[in-house]
Amino acid sequence: MPAAPGYRQRQVLMDNDRLRRTLQRIAHEIVERHSDQAGTVLVGIRSRGVPLARRLASMIRDAVGVAPPVGALDITLYRDDLRMSASQPTLRGTDIPVSIDERTVILVDDVLFTGRSVRGALDELIDFGRPARIELAVVVDRGHRELPIRADYVGGVVSTAREDIVQVLIEEEDGQDAVVIIKPHDALGELSSHATRAVNEKARKPSSPRAAARRRR
Amino acid sequence: MSRGVLLKGGRVVDPSQGVDASLDLLLRDGAVAALGENLAPDDADIVDIAGLVACPGFIDIHVHLREPGYEEKETIATGTRAAAAGGFASVCCMPNTNPVNDQAGITRFILERAAAADCARVYPIGAVTKGSRGEELAEYGDLRDAGCVAVSDDGRPVSDARLMRRALDYARAFDLTIIDHCEDPRLSEKALMNEGAVSTLLGLSGVPWVSEAMMVERDVLLAELTGGKAHIAHVSTASAVDAVRRGKARGVRVTAEATPHHLLLTDQAVKDLEYDTSTKMNPPLRCDADRRAVIEGLRDGTIDCIATDHAPHTIDDKMIEFDQAAFGIVGLETAVSLCLDRLVRTDMITLGRLVDLFAGAPARVLCLPGGTLKPGAPADVTVLDLDRSVTVEPSRFLSKGRCTPFAGWNLKGAPVMTIVGGKIVFSVDR
Amino acid sequence: MTRFSGRHLLGIEPLEPADISALLDTAETLREVLTRPIKKVPTLRGKTIVNLFYEASTRTRSSFEMAEKALSADTLSISMATASVQKGETLLDTARNIEAMQPDMIVMRHSSSGAPHFLSRNCRSAVVNAGDGAHEHPTQALLDAFTLRQKRGRLQGLRVAIIGDLLHSRVMRSNLWLLKKMKADVILCGPPTLVPPGIESLAPCTFRIDEAIEGADAVMMLRIQLERMSGGFFPSLREYHQRFGLTEARMKRAKNNVLIMHPGPINRGVEIASEVADGPYSVILDQVTNGVAVRMAVLFLLLGGSEVAS
Repeated sequence: MPAAPGYRQRQVLMDNDRLRRTLQRIAHEIVERHSDQAGTVLVGIRSRGVPLARRLASMIRDAVGVAPPVGALDITLYRDDLRMSASQPTLRGTDIPVSIDERTVILVDDVLFTGRSVRGALDELIDFGRPARIELAVVVDRGHRELPIRADYVGGVVSTAREDIVQVLIEEEDGQDAVVIIKPHDALGELSSHATRAVNEKARKPSSPRAAARRRR
Repeated sequence: MSRGVLLKGGRVVDPSQGVDASLDLLLRDGAVAALGENLAPDDADIVDIAGLVACPGFIDIHVHLREPGYEEKETIATGTRAAAAGGFASVCCMPNTNPVNDQAGITRFILERAAAADCARVYPIGAVTKGSRGEELAEYGDLRDAGCVAVSDDGRPVSDARLMRRALDYARAFDLTIIDHCEDPRLSEKALMNEGAVSTLLGLSGVPWVSEAMMVERDVLLAELTGGKAHIAHVSTASAVDAVRRGKARGVRVTAEATPHHLLLTDQAVKDLEYDTSTKMNPPLRCDADRRAVIEGLRDGTIDCIATDHAPHTIDDKMIEFDQAAFGIVGLETAVSLCLDRLVRTDMITLGRLVDLFAGAPARVLCLPGGTLKPGAPADVTVLDLDRSVTVEPSRFLSKGRCTPFAGWNLKGAPVMTIVGGKIVFSVDR
Repeated sequence: MTRFSGRHLLGIEPLEPADISALLDTAETLREVLTRPIKKVPTLRGKTIVNLFYEASTRTRSSFEMAEKALSADTLSISMATASVQKGETLLDTARNIEAMQPDMIVMRHSSSGAPHFLSRNCRSAVVNAGDGAHEHPTQALLDAFTLRQKRGRLQGLRVAIIGDLLHSRVMRSNLWLLKKMKADVILCGPPTLVPPGIESLAPCTFRIDEAIEGADAVMMLRIQLERMSGGFFPSLREYHQRFGLTEARMKRAKNNVLIMHPGPINRGVEIASEVADGPYSVILDQVTNGVAVRMAVLFLLLGGSEVAS
C-alpha cells in the first residue's frame, strides 16, 4: 500500500556535485574501455537517459577531443506493460542519427530497476540494425531485477524496498541535479557506500573475483 | 337488470358535461346508469376509487394492430390488451394489414378477433383505395355496413389529387371521414428523418416540412371543394397546423390529430439517442418551432385530439441500421402518462382539456359512441391516478412492440383502471 | 500532455481540441516508425483488429491495414460486399459473430450513417469509424489536418475552402468539425442543391467557387459521387466542371503556395482538372502517406493505453 504523500520521506542520495562526479567517472570508464570513440554511439532511453547521454558525450569530448554521436530511444512502443499503465502513454519519439551497424552502442538510462525498460530498448535497437556490441550505463542500480540484465557502467548501487521510488533529477528535465529516494513512512534505506565502491571496482575490473562472487550470491 | 358497478369516492372529470367534481358513477347493462353524489344502489359491486380520477373511456383513433398479416408485430389480442393497460377503452385500427382492410370480409374478421379478445373496443378503419394502392376507390358502403368508422390509406398518402377529390366526395354518401397521412411522396423519397440542421450533422437524408404542409393544404382545399370530411393524421409541422387552422376558420370540415411524440420530442432526439431507431417514425420528429406550433394548435383547438400512431414492429425490424429500420414506435402504453406528466403537470393544458383530447374529441371526430359519461352512454371509463409515479419500461409492455424513445422516462400520473362496457379489463393493484 | 478521452472513435464532433492535438502529435511521432529499416514495432502484439468493410474502399482499408501491421496487431479484413450480407445476415448478427472471436477493435466502413454507433452499443470491442454514410470519416479529417499542419506548421487561422458535394460528404462534415475546433477559418462552396440545410450555421457558404478560393491557404475538393447523381442535383458534369470545378485559372485567386487536397478517388475533369491534381501544389499523395501514421495514432491511443486493464 503506498503511503499518503504526507507520510512519505525523501532523502537526497546524491547532490549535484556528486552526480556530476559520478557521470564524470562513468565517462572515464567508457573512454578507458573504448579508446576509439569513432565506433561508439550513446543512446539515451527517454526521458532522462537522453540528457544524461548528452552530458556523457560532452565529458568524453573533453577527455579525448571527439564526442560520440548521441541518439534517443522512446521505448513506449516496445513496452510490455502498456496494458497495466495507469494513464495513456505519451510518445516522444525515437531518433537514431547514425547507422548503428557494427558500432558499439552504449545505452544510457537513469535508474536500473526491473530491467524491462532495457529489454524494450534492446528490442528496439535491434530493429534499427546490427550493432557490434551493446553496453549499458546507469546512474543508479536499485536492484529488484526481473530479467537477466546487468549494467556495464554503474554510478551507484542502492538497496531499496520494491515500493520505494528512486529518482534521478536532471537540470534539463527537472530544473535541478540530484538523486533522491522517496520511501513510505518506514525506515530509510541508506546509500551503501560499501556497495557503491564494490560495484565501481567491479566496473573497472570486470573479471574481479569479488564481483563475480557477489553476482553469484 | 344485471348487477351494476359503482365507482365510488372518485373525482369525475367529464368535459362533455362540464363536470369536474367528486361524484359516484354507476354502470349497469353496459351503459352509464347514473352520475351523482352519494349513490347507494343495493345491487352493485362497489369499486372504491377514492383519490383517483374517473373519465370517459379514452379512445385512440390511430393504432396499427397489424392483424391480419403481421401477427409477429402485434395481434388484435395483444394490441387491445396494451390499449387497456394504457387507459384506452377503444382503438381505431388502420387498414394497412395484409391483406389490406379494403373489403367487408376483412373488417368482419377484425371485429371477430376483437370480440374474441374481449378487451378494448376495436373500430376498424377501411382503406381509401383498393389495396391502398392509390388507384381505385374501395367499397365504402360495404365497409361502413361491416363496421368501418372511417377510411384511410395510412402509411402512405393519397397522392393523386383527383382520387382524393373523388374519395372525399363519395364518402359523403356514407358519412365517412377520410384520414390522410400527409406527405408528398417525391419530396419524402428516401427520407429518414426531418430535414434540417440535425439531419445535416447526422448525415441522414431528410424530408422537408413542406412535404407535409403541401399535402395538408391540398386536403383542406379538396375538403372545401367537395364538402367531404378530411382528418389529418399525425400533424407534425407548424405550416400544417396553420393550414388546418385557416381551413377551420373558413368552415371546412377538417379535423386533425397529434401524437405524444410530436408534442414532446424534436429531431434532436435522433442525435441525442445516437441514431437509435426508436427515433425513426413517419412523420419524423421535427424541429422545436414545429413542436411548439403543434402544442399551440392543441391549446387553441386547431388540433382536435391526441392519437398515438401506435406502430409496433419486431426487434428484427428495428435492431438494424437506421436507414434500413422500419418507421414507427409503440404508443398505447406511454401516451397517457406522457401527456399527464409533460402537458398537464406543466400547465400547458388543463386536465379537463386532456380528457377531452383523449375521449370526447376523438369520438366527435369519427362520430363514435362514447367519449362521455352521460347516462345512457357506453359504460367505458378510464381511471387515472394523478400521483402515481411510473417509469417507462418497454420490457413490461403488453404490446409485442418494444420500440419507444421514451424508455427510462420517469413520469407522474398514470391510468390505473380501464372499464369497457361496464367490465374492468385492466386494473393496477394498489 | 497526451490525452484522448474516448473508447471509440466514432466521429470528430465529440472530440475536444486536446484530443485532436493528442492524436496529431502522436501521429507525428509514429510517422518516424515508417522511416525505419524495419517498419514495425511490437506495440499491439497480441491484439486483434477486425476491418469490417461494408462499402468498397481501397485506400482507407489498405491504410488501416498498413497501420495495424506496423503496430504488430493481428488483422482480419472482412469485405461484407462479398460476404454474409448477401445471405441476409443482419449487422447485429455479424457484430455478435465477430464479437465471439473476441477482437480488441473493429474498424468499420458502412454506407449507413450511424452504423458504427449501433455497433459500439452492441459489442465490447473498441470501434473506429472508417466512414459511415454521409455522417463522418474521422481518420480522413485527421490525416487532412496532419497534412495541413505538416505543410503550414499550424491549423489555427488557416483559411480552408471545402468545395463540392457538401450534401453527401462525410469528409466535409469531419473536416468541418475538426477545422472549427482547431480554430481554422472554413469556407464552404457547392451548388445550392448540394448544400445541406443548416450548414451555414457552422461555416459560411458560397455558391461562387472564385469567392471560396480567394486567399485560401488550402482547398479541399470533394468527390462528386457519380452514382448519387440520379437525384438531378445539377444539369450536367460539363456544367459542374465549368462552374464548380477546380481549374488552373481559378487557382490564381488562392494564396501563392496554396495546398490542393482531395480525399480521393479523383474524378479527373469533373471536380478537379488533371493539371491541378498533378500540379506542384497538390498534396494529394502526401495525404495518403500521412493516413498510415494518423491511423497508427488512433490505434495506439485506443488500444495502447489503460482501457484494456480495467
